[in-house]
Amino acid sequence: MSKNPDREYEQLRISGLHAFYGESHILHGIDMVVQRGELVTLLGRNGAGRSTTLKAIMNMVGRRTGSIMINGEETMQCAPHHIARLGVGYCPEHRGIFSSLSVQENLTLPPVVRSGGMSLEEIYTMFPNLYERRFSQGTKLSGGEQQMLAMARILRTGANMLLLDEITEGLAPVIVEKLGEVLIALKNKGLTIVLVEQNFHFAAPLADRHYVVEHGQIVEEISANELSAKQSVLDGYLGV
Amino acid sequence: MTMIFGVPLAVLSGQLLIGIINGAFYALLSLGLAVIFGLLKIINFAHGAMYMLGALVTVVLFDLLGVNYWVALFVAPVLVGAFGMLIEYFLLRRIAGQDHIYSLLLTFGVALIIQGVLTNIYGVSGLRYSMPDMFKGGINLGFMFLPYYRAWVIVVALLVCFGTWFIIEKTKLGSYLRAGTEDSQLMQGFGINVPLLVSLTYGFGVMLAAFAGVLAAPIYSVTPVMGSNILIVVFAVVVIGGMGSIGGAIITGILMGVIEGLTKTFYPPASSAVIFLVMVLVLMIRPTGLFGKEA
Repeated sequence: MSKNPDREYEQLRISGLHAFYGESHILHGIDMVVQRGELVTLLGRNGAGRSTTLKAIMNMVGRRTGSIMINGEETMQCAPHHIARLGVGYCPEHRGIFSSLSVQENLTLPPVVRSGGMSLEEIYTMFPNLYERRFSQGTKLSGGEQQMLAMARILRTGANMLLLDEITEGLAPVIVEKLGEVLIALKNKGLTIVLVEQNFHFAAPLADRHYVVEHGQIVEEISANELSAKQSVLDGYLGV
Repeated sequence: MTMIFGVPLAVLSGQLLIGIINGAFYALLSLGLAVIFGLLKIINFAHGAMYMLGALVTVVLFDLLGVNYWVALFVAPVLVGAFGMLIEYFLLRRIAGQDHIYSLLLTFGVALIIQGVLTNIYGVSGLRYSMPDMFKGGINLGFMFLPYYRAWVIVVALLVCFGTWFIIEKTKLGSYLRAGTEDSQLMQGFGINVPLLVSLTYGFGVMLAAFAGVLAAPIYSVTPVMGSNILIVVFAVVVIGGMGSIGGAIITGILMGVIEGLTKTFYPPASSAVIFLVMVLVLMIRPTGLFGKEA
């Protein structure tokens, strides 16, 4: 069903990326490429460096070396607010819903970075719960609603590459299913998605490719059609 | 003569008025401190110096260029606010994210330097600034005499406090400030220019202090050390109100001014200690302050 990724257009190219928090060296030379319209997952154990990779793309870690090209533009020297303006939408693992803001204020907080984002009406159609609770305090929502809000927030901005960190973590199956539908809808719109995911069964049917991260490096790249053949390799890495 | 608890009504209401006036200054100053602490997480010990600069600039502008009070009311806060932004850009930014103690020491040092230099130039005996003619005199309310200027200070201070509260709590710009107070890194990740927001916020907090300074110029003695005298009380007010609550800073400021005024009437020896006594009590019962959010 999903639109074919544009193999000609590299939305993200990371080469030799190292990242540090203070003295600790977290990423040890990440290399990966994401084409426009692809949905790529970063799989791996906790602490492998998957979330740090997303944060490093956003320039939210202490120190980085290597290269991160977004739409062909080198971003290592860019301040975080410039990276967002290249069309990158980041959804952090802790969701980052602001408690001093209402649901609607949370939703309209991130500035529009590109044209073609979803309107408030479209978002409320996609997430009716958020409309009903638009005047509530952001953190008064349930975990699932907060996750919807965290996703919806970056859809409004017109970002065409989404970095999603553990969006299904701790959520009920029915919510996870809804998130899966949302991801398919976004993919059909042609958005590029990098998904850090613990729940392999959630990610497997959605993704075009998987990168396996271990000890701050990419140790395996598996495309969707190789998945069954390489299942045992993958299981070994994920320790399942 | 009408007496209330053995005190003439005129005396009581006079002290209450002084209390409300002082409270208005406390509110303006603690509001600026709360705004700055919220986003920058720094304890701005230069706040008193900025208040003083507001008053001093008003006096100096008048003496040198004949700039009148109304112009100074806008120009002095803008000048001092711009000066504050320079301090933020060249000094505070370099220690962002460090322990509070660094920014506390840095701003304290900046305040001492400003005060020291200006004391060298202007001395500490107090500069004269005459009140605009339209504020001379007052109105007899029957039970007390209300000088026009004092009434003006109360009204305009309350308006500015309410305006600030409105901007922060009810506008888009305010939502940036509130969100930035919670997680400025994520805000920046959304494409908001947080370094600029930080500079503007510091400048705005400083402007509020300088604005209070301009209001103070005609009624208080303008000296380079006027800020350090009031700052300690203002910090006590902030602790009582609770860091990070905008409305709390305003209400507590006025309340503490009134309590101080009442104490001056009924038991003068305790008047300079009463705010600290309240602070101790509040900290014992509610460590996060009257309006502070539970940690």
